[in-house]
Order: sequence, then structure tokens, then C-alpha cells
Amino acid sequence: MLPLREHTHLLGLGLFALGLAVLPFLLGNEYYLTVLIVGGLNAILTLGLCLLMGYAGQVSLGHAAFYGLAAYTSGILTATWRWPVPAGMAAGIALVLAVASLIAVPTLRLKGHYLAMGTLGFGLIVYIVFNEATALTGGPSGFTGIPKLSVAGWRPASDRDTYYLVWAAALLLFLGAQNLVRSRLGRALRAIHASETAAASLGVDTQRYKTAVFVLSAGYAAVAGVLYAHYVTFVSPGSFSFHASVQLVTMVVLGGMGSLWGAVAGALFLTVLPEALRAVEDYDILIYGALLILCMMFLPGGLAEGAQRAARWVRALRRTPQEEAAP
Amino acid sequence: MSFVAQLLQYVITGATVGATYGLAGLGFTVIFNATEVINFAQGEFVMLGGMLAVFALRWGGLPLPVAVLGSVLLVSGVGVAVDRLTIRPLRGRSVISLIIVTIGVSILLRGGAMLVFGKDTFALPPFSSGTPIAVGGAAMLPQSLWVGGVTLLTLLLMKLYFDRTLLGKAMLACACDRKAAALMGISVDGMVTLSFALSALVGALGGVILAPITLTSYDVGILLGLKGFAACALGGLGNPFGAVAGGVILGVLESLAAGLLSSGYKDAVAFVILLLLLFLRPAGLFGGRRVERV
Repeated sequence: MLPLREHTHLLGLGLFALGLAVLPFLLGNEYYLTVLIVGGLNAILTLGLCLLMGYAGQVSLGHAAFYGLAAYTSGILTATWRWPVPAGMAAGIALVLAVASLIAVPTLRLKGHYLAMGTLGFGLIVYIVFNEATALTGGPSGFTGIPKLSVAGWRPASDRDTYYLVWAAALLLFLGAQNLVRSRLGRALRAIHASETAAASLGVDTQRYKTAVFVLSAGYAAVAGVLYAHYVTFVSPGSFSFHASVQLVTMVVLGGMGSLWGAVAGALFLTVLPEALRAVEDYDILIYGALLILCMMFLPGGLAEGAQRAARWVRALRRTPQEEAAP
Repeated sequence: MSFVAQLLQYVITGATVGATYGLAGLGFTVIFNATEVINFAQGEFVMLGGMLAVFALRWGGLPLPVAVLGSVLLVSGVGVAVDRLTIRPLRGRSVISLIIVTIGVSILLRGGAMLVFGKDTFALPPFSSGTPIAVGGAAMLPQSLWVGGVTLLTLLLMKLYFDRTLLGKAMLACACDRKAAALMGISVDGMVTLSFALSALVGALGGVILAPITLTSYDVGILLGLKGFAACALGGLGNPFGAVAGGVILGVLESLAAGLLSSGYKDAVAFVILLLLLFLRPAGLFGGRRVERV
């Protein structure tokens, strides 16, 4: 039999899935559905980034580039070279995994957060290539004509189908991440986060584990990327800029680094918030900056910690009268 | 123009821009040495240096030398504020927290600059005459001499500061061993604040001397910061002289690549070099023994 904690975890996930399943029937407007699809894609991205930031203690400032690289690769292969969609998607993900391993080897070997700078540089290179390699990518105005997703004859007929597909993928990847976190690898990663020297002296191959989690987190971004490309059927460099990478980091920080639920919450919150803040479009970057700083200063555990604190506070409120009654 | 003259031209242009990368890199080094934190807002100090000088000149109507010096000192003050408001409250937190905070600060500074100065690009007038000097068939702006001179002077002053003054030695002591330094009566907090002031000052200096040559705008900080970091990595992180030399090398390579290969990919060159270097020589070109500190 599973321990109690296991049950509550799965129960929470089940309830969340149920909520997601009925949500489209409660929303009057089709537009909200597209927002939620983007939210699901962002959730996949932040889950991967959360594994890297929360469990390996490293920041990637180029996650949007992995997202874009997969989207462009699959888009170009299927539209220009007429590959079947599943093959294009697989190739997009494979390319990102290969590139991520290539970056991980030198940058993770060093301390002082070379990975953050390395990925920032990588993100800018990819962004430059998207803009400059006009013959291949369509340049700044974007790449059009990407076929809709279709796997073995099945294709999503409506936004609602896509919504279910994206969130099914997100929940599956959530489960995967959750299992990973509670596996031997997860424990090793947490040990590395706490003290790399101590972990290494206990026989943890820190280099290998950090590389593995970085590549995996890029892989999550790639999955989101190929889903995005074949859902929107159009990609342009703007969606994969440095700004987008920062947005993803903010989602993870806001949700609470190291909490998978927090990552999903942060992704949803920051996907919906800009919709509500249309008026300040140009200046939303200021909001991200302020959120990053304020979270780190006052709520380092993000929304996840906030929820815990609130729960504790409610419990304390309930308990107080009894304690006062006691002599 | 002959091919040799053309090459010379690229080298002059590249070395001029590279000096600013070097100064940005120097800023990274100073903060890294005192705190082990890579300050992602370093590029914004460079941007602010140029932008504040432009606006002191335009809106404030100040004479150029006053605008330049005022801007550099003001940015130094911004550095102090960044430390006091965001870094010091996080004392003792993990490195990733500090890095995220500096990312937040950089975005805020950039967004704030966009809000105040707008999205246009601006130029600062050159410090002395704008007539180019002919050097072996290539043209050199007198401003390039200013850039070279100021960079060398800064480097020299840094060396004197770290080698000959008590304050400089105290700062190095903090870098070597924070706890031991505190036990010897050195105010570690004070040294960290000072390192931010110094780093912002050096960065702003780089921004202000370059502004007459390359235009400046609210968003130049991200690239300048990244290239400054690449300069650092090239020279070995934590080594001030390596940072400046690395910056100049990077600037020259970038300028050659832009001139001989393709100008569209100019900005990519620095990062390809950075990634290649991290692969091949993680300790930097001039770093030999130690790769990391534990």
C-alpha cells in the first residue's frame, strides 16, 4: 500500500486534472481557452525550468531559445521539407536535447554560474539566427504555413481538443517530474543544491546529475515548443527572445523554486495576468523585474510558500481558542 | 583602402569597443571578488553611464565634462543603492537567489530607462575634436584615444588601489576569506557596498566614453553586460587585468568577424567565442592553475 503522503499527492493531481477537464464547459468564451492552452505550454516550460532551478540550483536564461529551436525545427522540417508531423516533432526535440548536452558540458563544470551566462549567450545567438537566416526561418517577420498537429490520422478538431492534448502532456510531464524528484536522482540533486562539495564527497557524480537535469529541462521546453508550433502554425523570433526567457524564470520564482505545483501556479498566474494588464503592454517587463526582486526578498518560496504560510495561519487561528482554554 | 589598412581599421574599431567590454568585465570582477556573485545588472550600469550623460547634457544643459563626471558618480550611487536595497537584505542566501535578484534589478533598470528616456537611440558628442586621425591608411577617431587612455588609467588606478591602499587590501582580504577578514576588524558589508560602488563606477565609465562612438539606447546594457562577462571569462573570472585584455581581444575578433564575414552575426561572435572558450580553456586565456574556489 502507498504511504499516506503518496495518496494526498495523487489525490491533489487527480482533483486538478478533474478541474481542468470540466473547465472548458464552464468558460463561455473560446478566447479563454486559447489563453489556457498557452498556460499549459508555459506550465510544461516552467516544470522543466523548475527542476533545473529548484533541484539543481542553476538558472537558465535561454529556455525560450530551446522552446523556439524545437518549434522552428519541427516547423521548418514539416512545412519546407514536407516531413510527417510526428517525425518533425521528434527531430525538434532530439536537436534540442543534443544542443543542451553540448552546452551543459563546459558550462556546468564551472562554478560562479557560468550556465546562466552560457545560456543567456546561447539564447541570444539563437535569437540572432532566427532573425538573420531569412532563407530558412523567414527572418523577423516569422515562418508561416506550419501544418496542424496530426498523429496517425488523428488531429485536434478544435481548440478544445488542443487544450486537452496540451494539458494531458503537461500532467504527464508533471507526474514524470514528481517521480524524478522523489527518486534517487532527485535526492542526489537536492544534495547537490544543499552543498556540492558534500554531495561529491558522498559519492554523488555532481557533474553527471547536473548535466542530466539540464538536458531534461531543455527537453521539457522542446516538447512545449513542438506543440506550440503545430498549434499556432506560425512562429516568429519575438516569442523566443531574452524577454521570454526572463518571463519563464519569473514564473518559476513566483511559483516557488523547488515546488512543481508552484511552477504550474506561477505559469498560469503569469499567463493570465498580462491578459488582464493589456494597458501596460510595453512596461510589463517592469512588473517581471519587480516580481523577481520582491519574491526573492519577501517570499523566497514563492506562491507555494505563501500557500503553506496561509494554511499554517488558518490552523493557528483555529487552535488558539482551545489553547487559551487550557490552564 | 588596401587590405592591410582595412584590417588595421577593424582592429582600431574593435579595440575601442573592446575597451568598454573590458571595463564592464572589470566591474564583474570587482563584485565577483568581493561577493562571489555574478552581477547581471553590470551591463545596465554601462547603459546608465551613457544615457545619464546624454540627458544631463540635453535636458540639464550641463557642460560635457560635468555631465560625464556627474553621470559616472550618479551611477556609482545607483550601485550603492542596488547593494543596500537588494543584495544586503539577502545576505547568506544561496547564490541562485542573489543571481535572480540581480536579474530582477537589471530588468528594472532597463525598463526604468525605457520609461524615462524613451526608446530612441542617442549619441554623446565626442570629448574633443571629431576629425579622424589617419593612422597607416586607416582612420581613427580622437575619441578612440580617449577610450584607450581612460581604460589604461582606470586599470592603473585599480592596480594601485588593490596593491597600495589599505582599503584595496581589505577588499581583497574579504574576497580571500570573508570570515577571517571580519575577524580582523574589516567591515565586510562595507566592502561589499564599496565593491558595488566601484563596479558601477567602472561600468558607467565604459559606457560614457563609448557613447560618442557607438550610439546608446535603453537596451544596450544586456549585450554590453554579456560581452563584459565574455571578456571576464576570456581573461579568467576574478582577474582584473585579464578582464580588460579579454575585452580588447573580444572587441577585435568581433570587429574582424563583422568586417570579413557577416555583420548580421556580429553579436553572435562574442558568444560563440565564449562557449568555445568554456569548452577548451575554462580557466581563461591567462588563468592557469585554479579553476574554481570551494
